[in-house]
Parts: sequence; C-alpha cells; structure tokens
Amino acid sequence: MTLKKVEMRLGAQADVVAVRQAARSLAVEIGLSIIEQTKIVTAASELARNTLVHGGGGTATLEIVREAPKQGLRLTFEDHGPGIPDIERAMQDGYSSGQGLGLGLGGAKRLCSEFFIISQPGAGTRVSITRWKVEGA
Amino acid sequence: MERIPILKLGSFLLVTIQVDMHDQLALALQDDLTDRIVRDRARGVLIDISALDVVDSFIGRMLGNIATMARILDAETVVVGMRPSVAITLVELGVSLQGIRTALNVDRGMDLLRAGIDGEIGIDDSQEG
Repeated sequence: MTLKKVEMRLGAQADVVAVRQAARSLAVEIGLSIIEQTKIVTAASELARNTLVHGGGGTATLEIVREAPKQGLRLTFEDHGPGIPDIERAMQDGYSSGQGLGLGLGGAKRLCSEFFIISQPGAGTRVSITRWKVEGA
Repeated sequence: MERIPILKLGSFLLVTIQVDMHDQLALALQDDLTDRIVRDRARGVLIDISALDVVDSFIGRMLGNIATMARILDAETVVVGMRPSVAITLVELGVSLQGIRTALNVDRGMDLLRAGIDGEIGIDDSQEG
C-alpha cells in the first residue's frame, strides 16, 4: 500500500540533488535511522545519476509504502533510454559504460533491502529499490 | 557559475564543502584546486566534508582524483570530518578511497599536513648536507 507518493523529473544535474533531498526528507519522515537514511539516499544518488547520464533523463518516483506491519521507502527510477543489454554484467562492480567507478548498480543494490531492475534494449530501464524500516532501530 | 570557495592558509589550501554538490560543481572544484595548487605553490590540501550527509561514488572518485593530482603536483591531500554513517555507506557501496589520507577533524588534518612538510624538509636537509 502506498501512503505517500512524490514524482520528480530527472532532466538535469540539479534534479539529482533534488531527488537526494526529497528521499532524505521521506526517510526522516518514516523514522529511518541515520545510517539507513544515508544508505538509501546514497543509493538514490547513484540511480538518479544513471537515469540522467545513461538513460538520457527520466523520472524518479518516491513512495512511502506499507506492507503491514512494516513500512519503508521505495524509489523507482525510469527512463526511455538505450536500455541495458546485459544486466548481469552491468550489476558487476567495475563495469561501467560511462565515466564513473562502475559501482552504481551493484553498489545501490547493496545499500537497500529490495532491488528490482527491468530493462529492454532500445526501450528503457526501470530500477526500483526499497528500504524497509528495521523495527526498534 | 557557482563555485566552492578555496582558502589559502600559509602553504596549505582549505576547502569546506557546505553544499549538496551536483556533479558539475564537484568537477569544477577538482579543476580549481589543481589550478590553485600550482598558482599558490601549495604543499597541502585539506578538504573538510563534515557538512556532507552523502558521499556517493561520484564524489568519492572526485576526492580520489584530487588526491592523485595533488600528489603529482607535490602536494598532500587530507580529507577530514567524514561522518560515521557516510563511512559505513561508502564501504558497502564499494568505495575504498584508496590513496586518500583522512583525519577525524580539521585540527588533526592540519597536524598531518604540517608533519608531512616537516618530514620532507628533514629529508631535503640530509640530502643537501
């Protein structure tokens, strides 16, 4: 169940900063710990940059989700760019088609609780990550 | 275009990153610092990241680039003030910041830079003598 939803455009570098800040404020809202906040916001930064640089821009959808009894933050990044021909390879550390460290996808996956990616060459890519709030943390 | 200010203190350059940087701003800082090391004949660069609540792989790479370029230009780089949550996240992300010297705060970072310069002067003296 989605409790709150924010949709943002990713068309310029300043939008990546805006997505980071919006993700941070939602993470604070659901009471994620500082470390959990930092992890999900860092993952958001990596994925937002991917959408902008590799996908040629797109959208970020930030949601507070509830699957009773747990609550979490779900971030979905979508573009209609060239897509990723070999996802398995793209997930490996050190693989990069751009100028980065090649840690974006694999790194983002390590920083969240759930990771989902779908990509079709020529049609685009959608990556969705969720960080559940650890109760008592 | 907005820029991150670089302060000169003796033979060192000081940078305090206080804004959430977009990538172009990070690249501009990298270029500006490289310029200033040469122009100001700086022997050390201290970068305070205590205000940053996120350091992603791009910023991590920028810090590494600055340290490498500074070293080639005969200057030491120390990154200070990293938050514990940022350190934990960087390790999970897979960014090891290899080759970057770090210190807990500005005071300790300045001590490291001064010790580096003193050490070099000692070596120079012995070579000349």
